[in-house]
Amino acid sequence: MNKRKNIFIAIIFLLTISSTVFSGELVIKGSTTVLPIVQKAAEAYMAENPDVKISLSGGGSGNGIKAIIDGTADIGNASRFIKQKEVNLAGTKNVYPVPFRIALDAIVPVVNGKNSVNNLTIAQLKDIYLGKIKDWKQIGGTPGKIVVISRDSSSGTFGVWKELVMKDERVIPSALTVPSNGGIVQAVTTTPGAIGYVGLGYLTGGIKAVKVDGVEGSEQNTLNGSFPISRGLFMFTKGWPQGETMAFISFILSRKGQDLVKEVGSIPLF
Amino acid sequence: MIALFSITALSLIMIFLFIEGISIFDHVSIKEFIFGKYWYPTDDPADFGILALILGSFCVTFLSGIMAIPLGIMTAIYLAEIAPPKVAEIVKPIVELMASMPSVVIGFFGMVVVAPFIQKLFNIPVGLNIFNASLMLAFMSVPTICSISEDAIFSVPTALKEASFALGATHFETIVKIIIPASLSGICTAVILGLSRAVGETMVVLMAAGGAAMIPGSIFDPVRPLPASIAAEMAEAPFRSEHYHALFAIGIVLFLFTLIFNLIADFLSHKFRQVGEASL
Repeated sequence: MNKRKNIFIAIIFLLTISSTVFSGELVIKGSTTVLPIVQKAAEAYMAENPDVKISLSGGGSGNGIKAIIDGTADIGNASRFIKQKEVNLAGTKNVYPVPFRIALDAIVPVVNGKNSVNNLTIAQLKDIYLGKIKDWKQIGGTPGKIVVISRDSSSGTFGVWKELVMKDERVIPSALTVPSNGGIVQAVTTTPGAIGYVGLGYLTGGIKAVKVDGVEGSEQNTLNGSFPISRGLFMFTKGWPQGETMAFISFILSRKGQDLVKEVGSIPLF
Repeated sequence: MIALFSITALSLIMIFLFIEGISIFDHVSIKEFIFGKYWYPTDDPADFGILALILGSFCVTFLSGIMAIPLGIMTAIYLAEIAPPKVAEIVKPIVELMASMPSVVIGFFGMVVVAPFIQKLFNIPVGLNIFNASLMLAFMSVPTICSISEDAIFSVPTALKEASFALGATHFETIVKIIIPASLSGICTAVILGLSRAVGETMVVLMAAGGAAMIPGSIFDPVRPLPASIAAEMAEAPFRSEHYHALFAIGIVLFLFTLIFNLIADFLSHKFRQVGEASL
């Protein structure tokens, strides 16, 4: 009786040890643009590896990178590359952030399907969103007031637009703001004089994608780097990743992971 | 007991609102917050001025009031006094049904159907504007105004009416000179409740007002009322950041607005209260 009890305890003990050895817990923080990709990937990964626990949270790219430097997360997501200021901060704490590009993202300016404008330069787009260009005839379209449609200031898409098109200047207050990519599609479809911008996955009938500096916004042009309003989506780790962290990043970079990237509307690397 | 519980819960929510909202005033003064013209909460450095948002809320509520108040009261008078009982029996439940229409449905209707229509009708650049949002809000406050004032008109004592007729007054004169003054207290309450529903309404203004944080120049300009800002930005505002606190502070402003509305309603209903039948 006593012997059996001992064996039983030994088995429990072994199980506990093995589970602590083989199971991992991953903490991932950062950009809300990267979040849907990681969410999808984490679900699939946990389904394959039931003993791994992944805890996810948003908070923005800055928070993701900060979490890596402070060591409060294993992976920090960012929808931009690390800034010099952050590299310096990491240096003072003897941390070496390692970037992994996991996907690409392109933002395409769109106009109503009846609009005759086909091509705009980045400078023209900026002037439209600054309120300097007010009428379509100023940029070769049929005369009519331009209705500027933008996203809420907390949106990740807005963040890229602001950085790559606005060069961090302010969008005019009279711009309409819409809470989602779908909302922009809806508003641009029903408003003849409208201009807006959406992620590549949201191009549908009723709206027309505008070429930027003569380059069409497509998956291919984003991959070869010629489309100007695009960016890489990154994961940062503290030093070269080990164990479960490495395994998860390899999963996202695998064929299967990249298919999930495509599923959520971003552009896969291959 | 239950009353006590709900009062405690409500006051806790209020305390939470104030605690979370007050901290923004470490970063901006109250004057800058209320009278600042620019709302750029995520910029570096950020601007937290909500004047444009307050004006947005004000314009939308005011215009919807202009549309809803006469319509609501006149419908109420018609239903209570003029309509044959059979018509009233059918129309009244319909009006009450309208009151229970989900706001998201009305907002969606405004965005998808009314916006393109208004835009073509008036030949203006954009259909999501003050006019559209007010129209949708009027839709929502007419039933409130109508059913409460209808009850007030209905409860005017028959003796007053009969006395008026006996003195040779026509039906119209009786309505204008006797029934409306006698039920004024109830009608005022109805109007204020209708308007406070409009000022706090979120979904409709989020979907139909356009969401531009600018000081409007005409009724066809898009605006961004207070509740729309909170709803659109709260989910993405980093926890306990300045932006987060600013949104709570907007909540305080909104709370004060509805509080003032309710106090006015209370004041008016006391002032015009009909005591007995002899005070007219």
